[in-house]
Amino acid sequence: MEKTVYSYIKAMRDIIVENKDFLTQLDAEIGDADHGTNMARGFNAVVEKLSEEDLDLKNVLKKAGMGLISSVGGASGPLYGTMFLKAANVAVDNTMDPNVLCQMFKAALDGVKERGKATKGEKTIIDAMEPAYEAFVEVIDSGGSVQQALEKALEAAKEGVEYTKTIIATKGRASYLGERSIGHQDPGATSFTLLLESILKNYMK
Amino acid sequence: MKKLINNPENAVNEMLEGFVKAYPQYVKRLEDLNVIVRSNPKTGKVALVSGGGSGHEPAHAGYVGEGMLDAAVAGEVFTSPTPDQVYEAIKAVDNGKGVLLIIKNYTGDIMNFEMASDMAKDEGIEVEQVVVNDDVAVEDSTYTTGRRGIAGTIFVHKIAGAKAEMGGSLQEVKNVAEKVIKNVKSMGMALTSCTLPAVGKPSFTLGDNEMEIGIGIHGEPGTHRDEIKPADEIVDELLNKIFDNLKLDSGDEVAVMVNGMGATPLMELNIANSRINDVIVNKGIKIVRTYIGNYMTSLDMAGFSITLLKLDDELKELLLYKSNTPALVQF
Repeated sequence: MEKTVYSYIKAMRDIIVENKDFLTQLDAEIGDADHGTNMARGFNAVVEKLSEEDLDLKNVLKKAGMGLISSVGGASGPLYGTMFLKAANVAVDNTMDPNVLCQMFKAALDGVKERGKATKGEKTIIDAMEPAYEAFVEVIDSGGSVQQALEKALEAAKEGVEYTKTIIATKGRASYLGERSIGHQDPGATSFTLLLESILKNYMK
Repeated sequence: MKKLINNPENAVNEMLEGFVKAYPQYVKRLEDLNVIVRSNPKTGKVALVSGGGSGHEPAHAGYVGEGMLDAAVAGEVFTSPTPDQVYEAIKAVDNGKGVLLIIKNYTGDIMNFEMASDMAKDEGIEVEQVVVNDDVAVEDSTYTTGRRGIAGTIFVHKIAGAKAEMGGSLQEVKNVAEKVIKNVKSMGMALTSCTLPAVGKPSFTLGDNEMEIGIGIHGEPGTHRDEIKPADEIVDELLNKIFDNLKLDSGDEVAVMVNGMGATPLMELNIANSRINDVIVNKGIKIVRTYIGNYMTSLDMAGFSITLLKLDDELKELLLYKSNTPALVQF
């Protein structure tokens, strides 16, 4: 692996901080106007706890998960925290073996679904994450490269975000709005897509 | 944005400092945590822990004290506290009789409190939880996350707190908390939005002649927007929705809470209450006690919520039991 896992976490932090106000604005429309603030605080705390010397994939993902759980708050803290912890559980040493990446992605997705008791079509992070996972696995299974898989996953996640604009929220705080939530994109699906984008960009650097 | 703050990022911390400095006779803060506990804890009783995002003051720390909570956990503004903080609160107040968590029905709150509960149970602490969902503005169906917890939560603190103070077991305290939850309904409205310190601009905007009906307590938009009307008409609309969801007959007894959202003059809350009282009394329903004031706020929002709690003998006795906390003193 040429790039450290730390560099990926930092790239995630940067993209979240860059989009902090945007995410908060999306949340203000259908939620409680704190998604960007909370995610930025969480990723800043995580990066602060890590250093360039932290090279072990499993360990860094675990630290990131615990850091997010104890600093983000709201629903995003447990959800994103679980995502990293579950991926850490199945990570193998420092392998970026495509099949292991698929397993990590799957564990993360299952973890988020279980923690949030959500499925696709409820205007949540799952609407970006599940199609992204499916696209990622499809490319890897048909012999594609990790970069191609990430590109397809990002594309699918973005389509997922667009899809959240068309549906009524049935999970999370936006569900209180009922039909009024239509037309707005889900902040959680959006932040997930941003994270994916930062991973791809860092991978290609 | 004009606010009496120093730094948005330090708002919660400084608020808690100011709070414990004001009420050392009631509360203290656990070191390095956003957890407020009683300064003179009572042992040998079930402990009650509540909490949630900040911005709802005096909830929840204001209700820590005799006859109500044992600990309150404060999250960031409108953000559930994290599991580690809730876990520390549970550990700090458990004295062997078990701990009841009083959670408002929000996805984040439930996830964080449940993670904390799992951590505490792993350590052998007996933990139970109840989820408050009194807001009738939101439809309750299997296709939603269910109804929000709003001002009715204070009645859960009050009554479950009294039961615990009187020596009730964990199961008994939980049962009575659930009885309150079943019989308490609320509905709110806003005249203005609110501004989170870290955001700096209002969460939504309302025209001079507009109001938002069916709001929660986080500046989230309500169920619908309408032209502003006289107080009596607004009261009738909110009350009707509550009556649709809480079966009340002539001869029944209720407790009433007229809760300000943070920036509503008491004058207006009293004006609203005059109508509330008339409507209820005209139905032959007896009001046992009325609470008017800021109990569960939404930062600087102007507006109010009405809460009705249907009482039976047990709930009435516990409601009238004494409490001595920074935000609710009752003898």
